[in-house]
This record gives sequence, structure tokens and C-alpha cells, in this order.
Amino acid sequence: MYAWIFRHLPGPLWLRLLISVLLVGLVILVLMEYVFPWANQFVPWTDSTIGMVLPR
Amino acid sequence: MPKVAQGTGMPAGAPPRGSRRGPLSAAVGVFGELFLTAGVVLLLFVAWQLWWTNLDAGRTQEAAVEHALEGFSAGPPAEPAEGPALEGDTFAVLYVPRFGEDFARPVAAGVGLDVLNTLGIGHYPETQMPGEKGNFAVAAHRQTYGEAFRDIHKLREGDLVYVQTAKGFYTYAYRSTQIVHPSSSEVLAPVPGRPGKEPSEAVLTMTSCDPPFTTKMRIIAVSVLESFTPAADGPPVAIADTVAQARK
Repeated sequence: MYAWIFRHLPGPLWLRLLISVLLVGLVILVLMEYVFPWANQFVPWTDSTIGMVLPR
Repeated sequence: MPKVAQGTGMPAGAPPRGSRRGPLSAAVGVFGELFLTAGVVLLLFVAWQLWWTNLDAGRTQEAAVEHALEGFSAGPPAEPAEGPALEGDTFAVLYVPRFGEDFARPVAAGVGLDVLNTLGIGHYPETQMPGEKGNFAVAAHRQTYGEAFRDIHKLREGDLVYVQTAKGFYTYAYRSTQIVHPSSSEVLAPVPGRPGKEPSEAVLTMTSCDPPFTTKMRIIAVSVLESFTPAADGPPVAIADTVAQARK
């Protein structure tokens, strides 16, 4: 899969390497900025509060 | 990266190497790559939680402190200021020298994740306000999202915790720490641990996760109000530099 993508990148080897690095960087950025913040709501381990029902 | 290793040394324009492999082997190869990718993505998610969230939250919290301090210096708000603040409203700034020379964090109303994941420290809305007799209880993350209470276990007897509001500076002296179950809401009672009892002193309760990196238990640090410095008198000497720095 990745080999296939790499073969279909244009240009000489150095350019394809550069494009690969940029693509990987872009994917990481999209994950960090958009995907992970969204996915986080399904993660149960971020609660640091005490049970909200107060005994009176 | 596998793609680099497999792609090197090929003459330009050569037929795709994949055509020499059987369909099964190609499918297995793709599956392998997908699993590797999933592993890397999970590691990245951990990195995002432990590191990236702090960058975002750090900026937000710094800005919130600055904004709050500007509001405070504009003079005390028109009374009554005691009404319930809107969720997400920054109404105080917390200074804990033990957590670092430059530790100044906003305290916002509400303990929903939308508050804790951005502004950092949230005030339990059912509990009292700073300086009031009873329990001024706040929560914050121990890790991630600015990890305001990362060093909560380092508090020692004699440590002072300062809460600044529009009225002035409340100085609390640290008293004790305990580890409780997440459902132990009695620690938020006006007299911590004694629900229903009439409070005689003003305390500050800080809650966070324990052990670090888990949410199994909660760590509770209780401090007692020692003194109040009106805003007009300026910040207590111990945090004067921190306040000046936070104001910029």
C-alpha cells in the first residue's frame, strides 16, 4: 500500500522522499488538530472530578 | 518507513512491483501495513493526550489569567458578585508557589470537561466561593490539558495557596491530603468529610486524579483560609512577582 503510493509520487527520488515526509506530517497534523480531539470524547479516562451528587 | 525501503532502487517507469506478487500476499501485505498504521496512530494519540493537549491548554490558560487580571484591576464588580457564575466564567486566579514560581492558573465556574479541558481548574458549582465559610472546592487534571494539579502530591505543611478574585487575595494554608474513591462526594461538603455539619472555617479543597495517569482514585488536598488581603493593598509579597508576570 505505502510502496504503491510511493511509486506513484512524481519526480526523482529526493522529491518523492520530500513529498512523503510532508504527507506524513500533514496526516499527523490532521490527527492532532481534528481527529484526536474528536475521538477523545469516547475515552473514559479523563475524569478528575468527585462524584457530582452532594450529600446534604 | 517501509515505503521508502521498498521503493528505493527501482528504475523509473518500471512496472509496479506488486504485479509480481500473488493477490493473497499483496492482501496480507496491505493488512500488515494497516495494523502497523493503527499501532502508530494509537501511539500518536497517547502523545497527543500527554503532550499536545498541554500546548493548547497552556496558551488558553495564560490568556484567561491575563484576561481575568485585567478584569480584576478594572475594580471590584458591581455587587452582588456572589451569584452563581456562568459555566466557564473565569472568576479567580490560583497561585501555588509549591507548583512553580510562575504557577498562575485561571479558576472557572463548573467542572464539566469543557471547562477542565480548556481553562484547567474548575469550581464545583455546589460549593462555596473563595473566602466564604465552607468549602471552596476545585478540580483540575493531574495529566493532560495543562495538568494544573500535576504536583498536588508535593504540597507540604506550611505551604500557602493563594486565590485572587476581584476583591483581593485569599491566603490558604495547606493542611492535609487524602486519597478517596471518586464517588466520595462528602469531601466537597462545607465541612470536608462531614456532610450536614455547620462550617466554622473557610477551606479550599483541590481534587485531582490519583494515581497519576489513571482515574482510579481521587487525591484531595485541603487548605484552610488564613488571611485576606484586599485588592487595594496589592498581592502578598510571596506571589508579587508571579502576579506581575502573569499580568504582563
